[in-house]
Amino acid sequence: MRIRRLKAIAVKELLHIRRDPRSLIIGLLMPFTQMFMFGYGVTLDLRHIPVCTFDREASQHSQALLKNFAASAYFAITRNVRTYPALVAAIDRADCKVAVVIPPDFSLRLTDIGTSPVQVILDATDDNTANIALGYALAVVSGYSSGVVLDALNRQGRELQQIRPMKVQSRVWFNEDLDSRNFIIPGLVAVVMALVGAQLTSLTISREWERGTMELLISTPVKPSELMIGKLAPYLALSWVDAAFCLAIAALWFGVPFRGTIFTLFVTTTLFLIVVLGIGYLLSVLIRSQIGASQIALLLTLLPATLLSGYVFPIDQMPSVVQDITYLVYSRYYVTIIKAIFLKGSDIPALAVPILYLLVYAAAVVVLAARAFRKNLG
Amino acid sequence: MTSPGPPAQARNGDQVVADDLVKRFGDFVAVDHVSFRIARGEIMGFLGPNGAGKSTIIRILCGLLRVNGGRAIVAGIDVARDPEGVRQRIGYMSQKFSLYRDLTVEENLRFFGGIYGVPRADLAGRIRFAVDMAGLAGRERALVATLAGGWQQRLALGCAVLHRPPILFLDEPTSGVEPASRRRFWDLIHALAAGGVTVLVSTHYMDEAEYCHRAALINHGRLIAIGSPANLKQTALGGELLLIESEALGATLAALRDAPDVLDCSVFGNALHILVRNAAKSLGELPDYLAAKGLRPGHMTRIAPSLEDVFVQLIAADMASRDAAA
Repeated sequence: MRIRRLKAIAVKELLHIRRDPRSLIIGLLMPFTQMFMFGYGVTLDLRHIPVCTFDREASQHSQALLKNFAASAYFAITRNVRTYPALVAAIDRADCKVAVVIPPDFSLRLTDIGTSPVQVILDATDDNTANIALGYALAVVSGYSSGVVLDALNRQGRELQQIRPMKVQSRVWFNEDLDSRNFIIPGLVAVVMALVGAQLTSLTISREWERGTMELLISTPVKPSELMIGKLAPYLALSWVDAAFCLAIAALWFGVPFRGTIFTLFVTTTLFLIVVLGIGYLLSVLIRSQIGASQIALLLTLLPATLLSGYVFPIDQMPSVVQDITYLVYSRYYVTIIKAIFLKGSDIPALAVPILYLLVYAAAVVVLAARAFRKNLG
Repeated sequence: MTSPGPPAQARNGDQVVADDLVKRFGDFVAVDHVSFRIARGEIMGFLGPNGAGKSTIIRILCGLLRVNGGRAIVAGIDVARDPEGVRQRIGYMSQKFSLYRDLTVEENLRFFGGIYGVPRADLAGRIRFAVDMAGLAGRERALVATLAGGWQQRLALGCAVLHRPPILFLDEPTSGVEPASRRRFWDLIHALAAGGVTVLVSTHYMDEAEYCHRAALINHGRLIAIGSPANLKQTALGGELLLIESEALGATLAALRDAPDVLDCSVFGNALHILVRNAAKSLGELPDYLAAKGLRPGHMTRIAPSLEDVFVQLIAADMASRDAAA
């Protein structure tokens, strides 16, 4: 290994980057747009779900219940209808996702038998939204229901404690507001860097083959390992800038609390970037066309990183076969690491297991990439 | 430029030894049992049609292709055993231009200086030498993409000699270059050879064979003739050459095909080139032979063959023998 050759290659790559604006655009613009697109596009919190009400009683009780819906941040009452067909039409036109129907004998049943059904109709074309909306609706109704029970008990003059022998005092750690953005955005940094990093290096070797410069390069005494390190070094520098950019957007723009240390972040991010850049380089060595290598890199990084990394979809809720597959998805280790650094302030010892996995991955990719490069035209 | 002839008696110091090289791509035999040697300071020319196997042989010698048979020794090193050792001692210009077009003249030179580990203290001087040699003084900061073909090729040569390799492999370095630039390029090659550099250069310009100390003619992967230009002209044809002018080219050609002692004849401009066993004998006999057939040829004389004559004849003979074998 000669430092002189490493330097010559790294300088040459930097010149390519400077003269070819495409790689700079991939390098700087892609992370920026993706952070904002995914950052705003992907959120699991539902706010202001449009609600249509059909109050068939129009009593003090029924209006009080509907006021609870209106007061909830999760719902927004957009329509009040007076007939059932109008309600169906409102759902059909997607004017609302949820309809609340209060029966005509609502108050009567409450006072007479102490209970009354309330109908909630959900548009389940998006089952995830429907599920979440149902949960919120149940909470609103049961909240009102408890109020009614308390009123009744107060009127009978009985003590509260006797009815509620146990009470859960919940405290939410790490993401106190249960804001889904806080756990999605750090993972998003992993997804974006996995995508961008592999794209950057997927072009470096295939470009030399396509332009015919590789034939001369392999006639020189340059070693495969020197070529790899010399080519990866400038992209590692560029990716550091990108990663810093993404992390700054996460912390400063989206306001995700950062509780870890910059040192832990730097060490783990570098490790992850080596894996990502190494994968792109390996593909570039194996597939000697720029288009081919960059398409395969996109395919190999986008789907696993978004679906199997646990950045949005929790891994422990996946079928066990799929869970086993996720061990191959290097992004999952960095998703785990970066969420922990941001929200829990974890240090390196606490993250030893995912860091170890990344280390093994990095070593394997680097060795494979150096070996896959053959200095002949065969 | 006249060629001063190959340096004499350098057989022990042969810088390039090809011994029975065979290279197949699938069923296609690209190199078919080729053997030759090149002495130190010698300029060996590879001639032959496109696809004859010239580039393949050069790539084998550079360690870029593995052989299916035979052995290549370059600078005393077995290419198959220690390709890296060979690579440090050779300079290579590939057929397709392979410098970085998006880098400047100087950036390319610096890059190859770094790759070959040219001592830092020497680098500036070597770069200046290469720039002057290529005639690119004052254009060090120009992007290579903006240079004309001849300049690009001279820069490629400059990059190839930056580490002062004892052996140069130049694959069609003058292809697509205008005649004046080609001439200048050959001057550079001769200057390098005079300094002791061994040069193997391929070309498809037949006239460039005259610039080589020795030339090898390659067709269908086989080496069909090798020797100095003068030697090739004298012996490779296997006969002597006559020129016959005639009003009735077609009829004369047909008649000569069957004439005694005529080995071959072909139309060359508005005259015929006739290959015969003995020029003096045929000059005496042919006028009568043609007159008997009612033909009255014009001026008839013995001529010295050009290398082009030699190559055309050799390739035609090679084709005929291949057809006969098939």
